Amino acid sequence: MEEKQKHQEPIGEGLESVKGRLSGQSGKSYWRSLDELADTPQFQAWMEDEFPNRSTLLELNRRDLLKYMGASMALAGLAGCRGVFLPQDKVVPYVKAPEELVTGKPLFYATAVTLGGYATGVLVEQIEGRPVLIEGNPDHPASMGALDVLSQAELLNFYDPDRGATVVEQVNPGTFDTGNPSSWELFDEFFGKTVKPAALKNGAGLRILTGSTTSPTFVSTMTTFLAAYPGSKWHAYEPIGRSNVHEGAKLAFGKPLDTTYDFTNAKVVVSLDGDFLSPTANPGSLKYAREFANGRRVKGLTGTMNRLYSFESTPGLVGGVADHRWAVKPSEVFGVASALAAALGVAGAAAATTPYQKAIDAIVKDLQSVPGGALVVTGDNQAPEVHALVQLINEKLGSFGKTVNHIEPVDATTSETVGDLRSLIADLKAGQVETIIIVNSNPVYDAPADLKFAEAIAKAKHKIKLGLYDDETGQACNWFVPITHSLEEWGDARAFDGTYSVMQPIIAPLYEGRSVIEILSILSGKPHSGYDLVKATWRKSGLVAGDFEKEWRKIIHDGLLKNSGSKPVTVASTLSASTLVGPKKTSGLEVILLADPCIYDGKFSNNGWLQELPKPLSKLTWDNVAMISPKTATSLGIVDEGVVDLTVNGVTVRTAAFVQPGHPEEAVSVYLGYGRTRGGVVCSLPNGDGHLAAGDPRSPGGFFNSISNFDGGGFNGYLFRTSTAPHFTTGELKAVGGVTTVATTQGHAPIDGDHVKQFEGDTRTVVVEYDLADFNKNAAKYVKENKEKSTEIRDQNLYPDKIFSSESPQWAMTIDMNTCIGCNACVTACQAENNIPVVGKVQVARHREMHWIRIDRYYSGDTENPQLTWQPVACVHCEKAPCEPVCPVAATVHSHEGLNQMVYNRCVGTRYCSNNCPYKVRRFNYLNYTDNQRQFDVRVDDKQRIPLLRMLNNPDVSIRGRGIMEKCTYCVQRINEARIEAKKAGREIQEGEIITACQSACPTQTIVFGNMNDPQSGVAQWREDPRAYLLLENLQTRPRTSHLAKVRNPNPEIAPVTKTETTS
Amino acid sequence: MALTPLNDSMITGSQDYASIDNSISSMIIDQKRHTRPWFIMFTFGVMGTGLLGAAITWLLYQGVGIWGNNIPTAWAFDIVNFVWWIGIGHAGTLISAILLLLRQPWRNSINRFSEAMTIFAVMCAGMFPLLHTGRPWVAIYWLFPYPNIMGLWPQFRSPLMWDVFAVSTYFSVSLMFWFIGLVPDFATLRDQSKNKFARVLLAIACLGWRGSQRHWHRYEQAYLILAGLSTPLVLSVHSIVSFDFASSVVPGWNVTVFPPYFVAGAVFAGFAMVLTFAIPIRKLYKLEDLITMRHIDWMAKITLATGLIVAYGYTLELFYAWYSGNPNEWDMTLLRRLSGPYAWAYAALIICNIVAPQAFWFPSLRRNLTVVMIVCQFVSVGMWLERFVIIPMSLTANYLPSANRMYYPTFWDFGMFAGTIGFFIALMFLFIRFMPVINIFEVKDLLYKLLGHRDSQIALKPVEVETVGGAH
Repeated sequence: MEEKQKHQEPIGEGLESVKGRLSGQSGKSYWRSLDELADTPQFQAWMEDEFPNRSTLLELNRRDLLKYMGASMALAGLAGCRGVFLPQDKVVPYVKAPEELVTGKPLFYATAVTLGGYATGVLVEQIEGRPVLIEGNPDHPASMGALDVLSQAELLNFYDPDRGATVVEQVNPGTFDTGNPSSWELFDEFFGKTVKPAALKNGAGLRILTGSTTSPTFVSTMTTFLAAYPGSKWHAYEPIGRSNVHEGAKLAFGKPLDTTYDFTNAKVVVSLDGDFLSPTANPGSLKYAREFANGRRVKGLTGTMNRLYSFESTPGLVGGVADHRWAVKPSEVFGVASALAAALGVAGAAAATTPYQKAIDAIVKDLQSVPGGALVVTGDNQAPEVHALVQLINEKLGSFGKTVNHIEPVDATTSETVGDLRSLIADLKAGQVETIIIVNSNPVYDAPADLKFAEAIAKAKHKIKLGLYDDETGQACNWFVPITHSLEEWGDARAFDGTYSVMQPIIAPLYEGRSVIEILSILSGKPHSGYDLVKATWRKSGLVAGDFEKEWRKIIHDGLLKNSGSKPVTVASTLSASTLVGPKKTSGLEVILLADPCIYDGKFSNNGWLQELPKPLSKLTWDNVAMISPKTATSLGIVDEGVVDLTVNGVTVRTAAFVQPGHPEEAVSVYLGYGRTRGGVVCSLPNGDGHLAAGDPRSPGGFFNSISNFDGGGFNGYLFRTSTAPHFTTGELKAVGGVTTVATTQGHAPIDGDHVKQFEGDTRTVVVEYDLADFNKNAAKYVKENKEKSTEIRDQNLYPDKIFSSESPQWAMTIDMNTCIGCNACVTACQAENNIPVVGKVQVARHREMHWIRIDRYYSGDTENPQLTWQPVACVHCEKAPCEPVCPVAATVHSHEGLNQMVYNRCVGTRYCSNNCPYKVRRFNYLNYTDNQRQFDVRVDDKQRIPLLRMLNNPDVSIRGRGIMEKCTYCVQRINEARIEAKKAGREIQEGEIITACQSACPTQTIVFGNMNDPQSGVAQWREDPRAYLLLENLQTRPRTSHLAKVRNPNPEIAPVTKTETTS
Repeated sequence: MALTPLNDSMITGSQDYASIDNSISSMIIDQKRHTRPWFIMFTFGVMGTGLLGAAITWLLYQGVGIWGNNIPTAWAFDIVNFVWWIGIGHAGTLISAILLLLRQPWRNSINRFSEAMTIFAVMCAGMFPLLHTGRPWVAIYWLFPYPNIMGLWPQFRSPLMWDVFAVSTYFSVSLMFWFIGLVPDFATLRDQSKNKFARVLLAIACLGWRGSQRHWHRYEQAYLILAGLSTPLVLSVHSIVSFDFASSVVPGWNVTVFPPYFVAGAVFAGFAMVLTFAIPIRKLYKLEDLITMRHIDWMAKITLATGLIVAYGYTLELFYAWYSGNPNEWDMTLLRRLSGPYAWAYAALIICNIVAPQAFWFPSLRRNLTVVMIVCQFVSVGMWLERFVIIPMSLTANYLPSANRMYYPTFWDFGMFAGTIGFFIALMFLFIRFMPVINIFEVKDLLYKLLGHRDSQIALKPVEVETVGGAH
């Protein structure tokens, strides 16, 4: 009897509650509510089960079974017209197929995604109406065809089942109540009846807080809004803002300006803690990386390379590729800049004393030797004074107009134009704010701790959050109003260089969100569709010359207005360096707070792809830690992965120490964006409903946070942030004993994985490096030596030199270790293209991450400041693949085109192939990782998820179940597509027709793929390059992927020239 | 022989055919002989079997991810246990087949339960290669070369494929050999049993054996043929298992000495396991007259001899790692084993497999049952560690340093291993209770020979004859 009761519960209770909810609602809501019926937890669990009948059939009796069959058929029908994908009333079959749509053929749409307000142009691959991949837009100056990890991962954000789906009214803001689902009608009624009359009467009580924006339409909509409510005010706060750049320019030139760089002709580059290659540190990184890498590409027997010096705090991408690197505290950078300025003879620069004087003298000589080719850059984290000083240095070097350009600020929310967070909080505290509307930012979580935003916002009477996620700020507000994702809306934005981009919807909104501009236009009483708003703004702007309608169509097609980058302004400094008082090197432990290279400021923390992406140097996933140098660890008595207490401004957080070679001494780096308490199951800590109760030991600062909680999640670095010292401050670090687990994908285990040379007489060909001067002199000799070695190795066996002599194309790849900057773009691109699952922290800690391509990191030299070599490794498609003969069921076999193929359907999962793979590139589905409904449920909560993530998958790539081996396929689906097209056209596959996912995303064009049978192809030429070598050639596996040796270009005056080949 | 003559004949005490019949068959006919120790051991076994069932259920439900295996260590406890169990079985085949062909009649009182051990050990072993696969529900038949319309065949070049044939042949031949040997004894039991039900069952099991001359003739022929078939298996099965490793490119696996060294190790571990069971059982069921100190002594000697071969194997492994000039091999085989994170395992292995068996040089220690038991436990642990050192440890670090990873087992790794031990114990104790533990007719045959082909009705004194010489 009791059992029977249990099974009747889902439907019985569901119906009752639906009836309750239905009362008093209009007919349109009826459908949505029935969906909720279909979404009862038990029903969902049953529906999403791999073998749905497994558990229930055992327990069901015949009558129940029949009842459920009837019910489930009825409900399955309902589930089909689920309002979450499309409004129910719009679902109609094609009467006439949409133009250009061919079932099974992808369509590409140009649009843009933004990061910190800055646009990157993208092409979104759409298959049968759903976006499946985001790639760079080759025409867009901020992308040039490549794409950074964050922009690629927007796709997963778009499908995120945790996104705010409906309007929610929170009766008790600030508590852990989940609030009541409401509707647009009710919100409209609330706004019209409660907020509007008061706001019209006293507009000063209405405030809007946004993040940074560059969107002309947003600005014009805001202008309309502010005009509709006179006295209302716009404030902006961006946690990883660029205000230092603007302030620095203001100091130097008297007005805020953006500085853009041109690395095309840069011969000598000095970075003063400026990570211009990292998308989280500079919005122009993709372009800079492309140009920088082009300046380092060595082809043939001789070459030229630019030279990069880096004074760096937290080890980042720039330091990784620098020819000379010094680890400095952030507070030390001003001193270094001063010394550089003084040595260059910048007016007013006083000679500062730094330990790097000798190096600086050499650098100055080098800089002066390349007139017009010198470039000094600094980072957004550095104080305005450093930026001003760097402007003076570049001016002195004569770089203005050559390697450095200045443009009017692209950001529409500089301190000149809108209010800042501090003044908003002052007003809030003074009780002057009646209604606050927060647009897609999360200040409760990410505002500087000393401003106490959460306390201040409680003083406002009406708090409205417009956002993608019902996050910490949503919790503090009365209303949560969902907005659309950038793939679902019309909009526009500008790139770092000012280029205007248009964003178009790729799909109808998945949830009930509306775009911000639409909401603002509704609230200001002049409702317009997003399309009309954008078009009107562009029409009015005068940007488009000629026939607007015609041009407009072209702009939408291109995704941008070509050549619309801001015109450089000519500037001259009005400043004497002597008046600049910058930060002084601190003596104690310095705490560096910076954007996470994967999840940025926390906006991406509910994104499984990015959480599991190994951070470039540390290879850490799912966590932030207290990162310190080996020497500091020793002096503080801290062991790697030991538990430590980090105290800043009286706030103590318990976390794990992480010993990072190359980290500056007496400093600890903390990545922001972790320790979220609300906003999705991936990012926030569990407590039944996904929210943490007050005082929970897992809350930020609580004991279990990031330590015993094996699920990861890290701690909230914003707790350390103050409005006066947002980027670096001082603090205390102390070991408390014990060791914890952090999940890394390389090293950090008793088995050392960081150094190549591990024993005497090592013959492995792993990393090959040259010194440029030496290479230019002796390349021919090295080529001869290598050839002899290869011949000797090849002579040892009986196989013919050319194993695959077929006339068909022979696929091959080259990876240039010299231009690889370790940015991970290829890893995420591969993950998106090839449906690679996210496995969670526990599985990464067990070394079961699934990424098909990994970027190996090798250190060489001193542990305090080692040199770094990146080596991307995916399946190298050996011609004599050791994995093939050992598979007992022949599930991995060779194609006549030289691909080492994995036949998923035939694989029984003995894993012998992986054991016998010398490159360890095979990945095994130890558990059912691709169960999409649960793959991001790294934390369990009660919330039922909509199986949206099924739609994310690329239909051209098989989904791998548990117990299956998988690995890089050279994007065989793209090869096959090109082959079909070629056959249809009756021609050969052309060079450049096949671009693998990793190749396409790579900002530095490090990866080249093609047919090596075609001597004209890029890959055939690169394979014959003097730098080309085969990984582990001595094993005679004959890889199809060749690596190209790294070349360093050190200044002989700083380091003695030695041939630094790390293998014999 | 200056030693004090030991009570070391192959049969001791006053024995005639009836007393031998009685002392063995009473274990089945008189079920009251099985007292508390049997129940304790059987309960252990059943609990272990339960754990095994739970481990397998959870494994099938969740996937191999419940174990600690990772990339690069894709094989760990699963294959370690497989090789260990297969090795255990080898003593049985050696005793029953090779010693039979070599006309060593002392095998007669230990061959039956060694053969049972072989079969049960192969059953335990066989579980692992199947269940360690990602998809056992297809692996169970896709590895066999069955004709199919897709024209898909297994990969005959894969050592795992050879394993399938080696292990399945081994199991079927061992089972057949064991059963044929049991036929005359089933007949004896049928004749002695009072229970009607048991008599019917035994009558079916003994295939209508009447003990006629023709029956004996056929029996001897069949038995010899099967012994001939089994003999190469002793050498081939573990050689083929060792090919899984020897034919790969993994440093630490790619060693040509593996086949003989694995076979010696198997016999070594097998004899240790036979002793582990023989010593308590002969005491519990008062079989000291049939499994005498001489048996123990000789088995200890074989353990020592094979142990020395294994030690020689270790030395050769090191020697060839150096002599081949392959630095990767040297790194894995010597440096990492001596100073790597798993150095403890290698040290323990040397102590267990090389140091401990040296006790068997001393006759007094060989005849001290406590010492023998302890050394045998060392050997069992040592042989398990040997496979641990070879299999997962070699995988943790091979060619690309970036791929080096530690391996840590989970509860289910241990659970499944403990489960198979329980399953093995349960089967062994069921066997002890329901089947003749010692080959009745062969012991009687031995007695006949020991008495110089005389009638056995005469009460015996401890026999002085040391050699059986010219056994025929």
